[in-house]
Amino acid sequence: MKKSRYAYYPGCTLKTSAKEYDISARLVCKALGIELEELKDWTCCGAASAHSIDQLLGIALPALELQAAAKLELPLVAACALCFSRLKFAAHELKEEKVRNLIGEVMGKEISQDHHYEVVHLLQLLDENTDKMKIEKPLHGLKVACYYGCLLVRPKEVTNFDDVENPQTMDRIIQVLGAENVGWDFKTECCGGSHMLVRPDIVVKLSHRLLAQAQQAGADCLAVACPVCHSNLDSMQKTIAAKYKDNIHLPVFYFTQLAGLALGLPPKQLLLDKHFIDPLPLLMNKGLM
Amino acid sequence: MALDYEPKIVGFLCNWCSYAGADLAGTSRTTYPANVRIIRVPCSGRVDPLFVVKAFQLGADGVLISGCHVGDCHYNEGNFHTRRRFVLLRPFLDYLGTEKERFRLEWVSASEGKKFSQLVSEFTETLKRIGPRKT
Amino acid sequence: MARIGVFVCHCGTNIAGTVDVTKVVEVIKKLPMVVLATDSKYTCSEPGQASIREAIIENNLNRVVIASCSPRMHEATFRRTVASTGLNPYLLEIANIREQCSWVHSDDKEVATAKAIEIIKMAVSKVIRHEPLFPTQVEITKRALIIGGGITGIQAALDIANAGYEVVVVEREPSIGGRMSQLDKTFPTLDCSACILTPKMVDLGQHPKIKLMTYAEVKKVKGFVGNFEAEILQKARKVDHLKCTGCGTCWQKCPQKILSQFDLGLGKRTAIYIPFAQAVPPKPVIDVSICRYIKYLNWVATGQEGKKPPECRICEKLCPTGAITWDQEEELITEKFGAVVVATGYQTYDHSHYQEYGGGAYPDVISGLQLERLMSASGPTGGEVIRPSDGAHPKTVAFVCCVGSRDQQKGRPYCSKVCCMYTAKHAIMLREHDPEIQCYIFYIDVRTGGKDFEEFYLRAIDEAGVIYIKGRPSKIYRDGKKLKILGEDALIGRPVEIAADLVVLATGMEPSIGADELARILNASYDTYNFMVEAHPKLRPVETQTDGVFVAGACVGPRDIPECVAHGGAAAAKVSALFSQDTLTTDPLIAVVNQARCIGCLLCVAICPFKAISYEVTRDKRLIAVVNESLCKGCGLCMASCRPKAVDLRGFTNQQILDEVNSLWL
Repeated sequence: MKKSRYAYYPGCTLKTSAKEYDISARLVCKALGIELEELKDWTCCGAASAHSIDQLLGIALPALELQAAAKLELPLVAACALCFSRLKFAAHELKEEKVRNLIGEVMGKEISQDHHYEVVHLLQLLDENTDKMKIEKPLHGLKVACYYGCLLVRPKEVTNFDDVENPQTMDRIIQVLGAENVGWDFKTECCGGSHMLVRPDIVVKLSHRLLAQAQQAGADCLAVACPVCHSNLDSMQKTIAAKYKDNIHLPVFYFTQLAGLALGLPPKQLLLDKHFIDPLPLLMNKGLM
Repeated sequence: MALDYEPKIVGFLCNWCSYAGADLAGTSRTTYPANVRIIRVPCSGRVDPLFVVKAFQLGADGVLISGCHVGDCHYNEGNFHTRRRFVLLRPFLDYLGTEKERFRLEWVSASEGKKFSQLVSEFTETLKRIGPRKT
Repeated sequence: MARIGVFVCHCGTNIAGTVDVTKVVEVIKKLPMVVLATDSKYTCSEPGQASIREAIIENNLNRVVIASCSPRMHEATFRRTVASTGLNPYLLEIANIREQCSWVHSDDKEVATAKAIEIIKMAVSKVIRHEPLFPTQVEITKRALIIGGGITGIQAALDIANAGYEVVVVEREPSIGGRMSQLDKTFPTLDCSACILTPKMVDLGQHPKIKLMTYAEVKKVKGFVGNFEAEILQKARKVDHLKCTGCGTCWQKCPQKILSQFDLGLGKRTAIYIPFAQAVPPKPVIDVSICRYIKYLNWVATGQEGKKPPECRICEKLCPTGAITWDQEEELITEKFGAVVVATGYQTYDHSHYQEYGGGAYPDVISGLQLERLMSASGPTGGEVIRPSDGAHPKTVAFVCCVGSRDQQKGRPYCSKVCCMYTAKHAIMLREHDPEIQCYIFYIDVRTGGKDFEEFYLRAIDEAGVIYIKGRPSKIYRDGKKLKILGEDALIGRPVEIAADLVVLATGMEPSIGADELARILNASYDTYNFMVEAHPKLRPVETQTDGVFVAGACVGPRDIPECVAHGGAAAAKVSALFSQDTLTTDPLIAVVNQARCIGCLLCVAICPFKAISYEVTRDKRLIAVVNESLCKGCGLCMASCRPKAVDLRGFTNQQILDEVNSLWL
């Protein structure tokens, strides 16, 4: 099942507030010899609001991307967990004839029944290619809490991504990079997601619990695979710490940034200085920079 | 295809599992089409291929053999023999011009009343769809 | 020339409500060789049977067809009816027009009636070719084999032995006692479990008619009811029980320890051990997988590679009677029995499958049975309930019910019946241990269906101050030294979070490991969860479809101690009834070889699953197959493979089946 060319759907956040995820992802894939072909003319996947307002729109939007990838005859990889979830939902729904007909009407062309849309998350892609990784600077001594977030693993029949309660995909990658995984119980608990826009109090409560648990488990930092999780845990960390009067200070990395570091790429290239909670002191402390 | 075509199905059911399963379908008051005529045999392994051919010869539209699930045969190995025997019979039936949908080998346990009922309904549907025997 | 009488039953409205019985009788009357066709409201009742008897005699019938419910219901009853008139009971055929006709075609009366007529026609054409059959008598070995030495097996063994028959009990652990020996107190009386169990264990050990084989397993069973032959593997104890006095010096001094299975990993035991203090027999076995000297012997035998293990032998040196026997080998023992009782009991569900509750990795999240071990005075902590992680005394204890029960996601949709009660028991007992403990029980429903059970549950609420919360928790996680449980109180519709010191999961009951393998050895049915299947769920709870093999206790389904004891007694009664006869009547529906037709290819010999066919040479020097009537089970496999069609199955002959097919609307 190992391939070296993928159609790439970055999604809106990766081009704006989560640029470091996009750039580090591309750099790491290049180093592994994997070609990411960004979809031309890609549009919104509908993750933020479309699917809660209009079911049809919520499927039609990602269906466009699935069709585009199918046309290229390439499997589709997404880096953002929300995009991944919507793309997977669309692929799942399109198995039904009724849905195919409806979407076909919306898009103005027939959707074939036989096509099986292949959608993977960047984590799965890297997990399959760990043997290609030439570790120049192993991340020895770095204790990482792998945070998957809720959308990657649920619902099980749609995403088919690893174990629902205790996934190991990211953990495996982190281990190959030379770092240490801390065992903790909140790998797949919600961070608050897009609620940060209208109900930041929910995000503060949920993200605080995550950070406190990671700290309690002895982590030096968190590793995430979603720009929204990153935003909540990183940009809101100061607010959270202030509200709960907690002494939490945990840099939040994208797993691709950690991969890039271990592969010997310079930290500046990985945009490690773009985070709210500065990870550089931690890296220097551990002698990883 | 005549609208009033009712396929005729002969079913050979093993006493310990499938016949009991068919009884359970009755005890649970499920309903299924009345196209099947059940012949009780002690074991699905008792069913001689001759009976199947004879049934088709005499005009049956479909023949069903049902026994215990593999590994659970009341006589230990009977259903293994059934399986093998009918792997050999199938090409022969093909040769006779009998469509493959007309002969079914199924495993129904004593607790699977609903499954039996669904099986008969499905089989009847299929036979209605492919119409009466041409050969 | 056949004179057939057809009796169509109304079965109240069960048949008559859908099938036009009058029309059926009209049509059947006209069939050739049918001398009499009539109907009756309840054929199986006394008056119904009487009318059949009269009709047979008055009309000089020599074949009978009864169109009624399934033959699996009343074939035996009607055979007796026929036999009472002097007519051979095998000249009867049952037409199933209820379970396989009126009950499944209630939506179309016309169609149902037509089908009923067809079914009866089939039976008529079959019955013409029935011949009188005469069962043979076989001897019965009046010895019972009981597999499993828990309370159910013990009860069954004692009852059968007290009825005067010999019993052999085979138990795979080093001691009998089963799950009950691990319990502290039993609900709803709070009797000490060991106190009520051990007298029975001792009785069994000392009973003159009971042979106890512990540390043994049944590997093979051949034969049939009244005449079983079982191969029992006696595992090597490495201790001569005839010399051993049970003084205990060896296990007190043994240096090799391992986590104890009896204490479910909460304590340790030695390599030479008895599982618990009141073990019967009170004599140890050596666990050869961890014994140091055995390791040494293996090291010597395999070429002395690697580090040399210590030549321990402390037990041998200290044993005052020289009972340690290193060269003792396992033995395969063959014994004959007339009946087998399966009483292999249960194990608790492995809660490590619940990743959301810690996946078995949190030391302070334990199962109900583990709590029993902590509470038990003879347990790993001497009866002190402490947290396995740090030995602290818990002040807040949370219970989660239905772990591994009523859970489709985990493949265990059934209710394990006893957990609501044992959880209430645990909460009551914890309060007795420490009046400051506060217990919370997360439940879905509280099921208290036994005698005094509801009052017991109310005691938990009123006297022990237990707080019941209706809602299945979604997660248990560690927060510092505490365990946090995230659940909901469905009655007020709010999420609930409890910080507990100890969490007890009420794990469900499932059959013991190897139950399915044993069922296959005995040719008995088991279901998806490996529970044994009874012959009839309502009316035959301790029998299986295989004559002579009985089942009792928790191996059939989740149940509590009084039910298990009753079950064991019921199985014992069945066995005693079987043994009370002098001989056993065999089923005459077996295969017979037509010696003239048999060409001696002997294909049937290889195919017979029961090795019931052998061969002999006739007077005219031909090789032919011969069927052993007592071994033949009447499956008919031989026939379907017989080339010249020499072997035939009485009651299901080739001609009969072909006639049935012939008679159909084809």
